[in-house]
Amino acid sequence: MGDVIVFVEHRGGHFPKTTLIGINAGLELAAKRGGSCSAVVAGEGADTVAAEVAKYGVAKVIVLEEPRLAHYLADAAAQALAVLVKSTGAETVLATATALGKDLMPRLAARLNVPMASEIIAINDDGTFVRPMYAGNVLATVELEGPVRIVTVRGTAFDAAKPAAAVAPIERVAATLDPAGLKMEFVAFNEIKSDRPELTEARIVVSGGRGLKSGENFKSVLEPLVDEMGAAMGASRAAVDAGFVPNDLQVGQTGKVVAPELYVAVGISGAIQHLAGMKDSKTIVAINKDEEAPIFSVADFGLVADLFKAVPEMVEAMKKVKH
Amino acid sequence: MKILVPVKRVPDPATTIRVLPDGSGIATDNVKWVINPFDEIAIEEALRIKEKQGAGQVILISIGQQAWQEQLRTGLAMGADRAILVRTETPLDPLAIARVIAKVASDEQPGLVIIGKQAIDDDSNQVGQMIAEFLGWPQATFASKLELAGEKCTVVREADGGLETVAFALPAVITTDLRLNEPRYASLPGIMKARKKPLLDITAESLGVDLAPKLKIRKLTAPAKRQAGRKVASVEELVAVLHTEAKVI
Ligand SMILES: Cc1cc2nc3c(=O)[nH]c(=O)nc-3n(C[C@H](O)[C@H](O)[C@H](O)COP(=O)(O)OP(=O)(O)OC[C@H]3O[C@@H](n4cnc5c(N)ncnc54)[C@H](O)[C@@H]3O)c2cc1C
Repeated sequence: MGDVIVFVEHRGGHFPKTTLIGINAGLELAAKRGGSCSAVVAGEGADTVAAEVAKYGVAKVIVLEEPRLAHYLADAAAQALAVLVKSTGAETVLATATALGKDLMPRLAARLNVPMASEIIAINDDGTFVRPMYAGNVLATVELEGPVRIVTVRGTAFDAAKPAAAVAPIERVAATLDPAGLKMEFVAFNEIKSDRPELTEARIVVSGGRGLKSGENFKSVLEPLVDEMGAAMGASRAAVDAGFVPNDLQVGQTGKVVAPELYVAVGISGAIQHLAGMKDSKTIVAINKDEEAPIFSVADFGLVADLFKAVPEMVEAMKKVKH
Repeated sequence: MKILVPVKRVPDPATTIRVLPDGSGIATDNVKWVINPFDEIAIEEALRIKEKQGAGQVILISIGQQAWQEQLRTGLAMGADRAILVRTETPLDPLAIARVIAKVASDEQPGLVIIGKQAIDDDSNQVGQMIAEFLGWPQATFASKLELAGEKCTVVREADGGLETVAFALPAVITTDLRLNEPRYASLPGIMKARKKPLLDITAESLGVDLAPKLKIRKLTAPAKRQAGRKVASVEELVAVLHTEAKVI
């Protein structure tokens, strides 16, 4: 009773750090519910991932074997997981609220005909969860009623699992799929390669907004600061919509949620939708020429200045700090 | 082709949201209600498909109360052909909403259900995927580009670390992301015409699906407010405080 299954996301055998956050949340939930926590992994490279995940304190790792799960697709994955959930009698199925987790888990919930809580940020002792609503302006305590419960966890709300003393056993399970329910086809993944840290994993995030005025300025003005600080780069929706930077850099209510040690907002006004994605950062810096900009209401340190002057200065000042 | 577009009524995104002192809900006085922005994108996409194909029908559906007619009329003024208001006095959870929409979809037999990826009130991001599963249809969430060629649909999706392309035959469920399109405004003639467009008013109970909520909200609270810090006078001072005081660089 009270068992938890954590769905492990990966791409070709590599998993993001957010996966370990999901595992940690799963371990916490299982401990509170008096059950055990297993991880489940499928697809190309699953063996490598399973061997790695087995080190992080889970009771076991299940590898779902089935050639048609080679590349993740929502319909096939939901089918395979639903069968597994029924056969194991798990109480909760959990995934990190990444793009993939958000795509899959509601489909699984519907397949099992059970409710789901999205992006939980806390697990209460009484079995309820806490999740943000209204761009983080409201926290709801929710209860899921059903033989099975589905949750996604917000990556910023839990720590990553740490390696444990024992390595978990790996169990191979042949997945059963009903071919009639497999209607989706994977065509291509157009990866945006970057040498910078992952936005959701970085210790420092430097984000730019509409104030940067162009994609060229992101390159020539903001990126030197990003790199000097060893940071990940983020952006406001306005900057993404204008095509200055790729979609997956958007921080906010409807983009990525980050909580680094240091968040530097450059030329970003601080709309509630943006704040929703970064207001839990440890230290927030805002550089904006408008002293009334709402971003200053959440900033620990605010600099009222023209970014085109301040950012290059900051690059130079950073060099001095480092040497 | 028929396209079904679910529409939710939500507070305008610029609204400052306040939790009621007893935690039972949010204060709704002075709230301006609008179509969920992602659903507007869904309506726009449906209209563009219809315009491109030169035929078809865009049907809106809302599950809510009498007042939700306003948002349906706005969608009709944008150009949708007709609307269905499924009445319920108590709010339903995403699972029940998806059941209702799936039931209407199985009656209407649309080629596509296009729906916002999330509603900006509860931020759940669940309903589209649930409808797809209830209908046994393929899904493409977080769509930023959609192409139709006959019965085949190719969608570019906003995934982590890049863009993913998936393909499938219709019927299917698409959930919209911000970059899919820029929704049009309702024109004055559009608003006039919308008044005469059919708006079917039915009760949720009449559909015979399970409506009992299984996701229960026990209470709402306001999160701790972050305190504003201080202004620094120069870049030099900024870097110094980050180094010595915040110790983050
Ligand atoms: C449904 C919905 C979802 C949304 N989701 C998100 C989301 O996830 N993330 C998000 O960020 N937004 C989101 N938004 C948009 C949000 O409401 C704001 O429009 C957006 O965040 C504004 O981006 P910005 O701050 O870059 O631009 P603006 O608000 O235009 O601000 C630009 C800032 O730059 C400053 N500036 C200009 N020039 C200079 C200069 N030379 N030096 C210094 N400062 C300068 C200005 O003073 C201003 O404060 C969403 C909106 C909706 C409706």
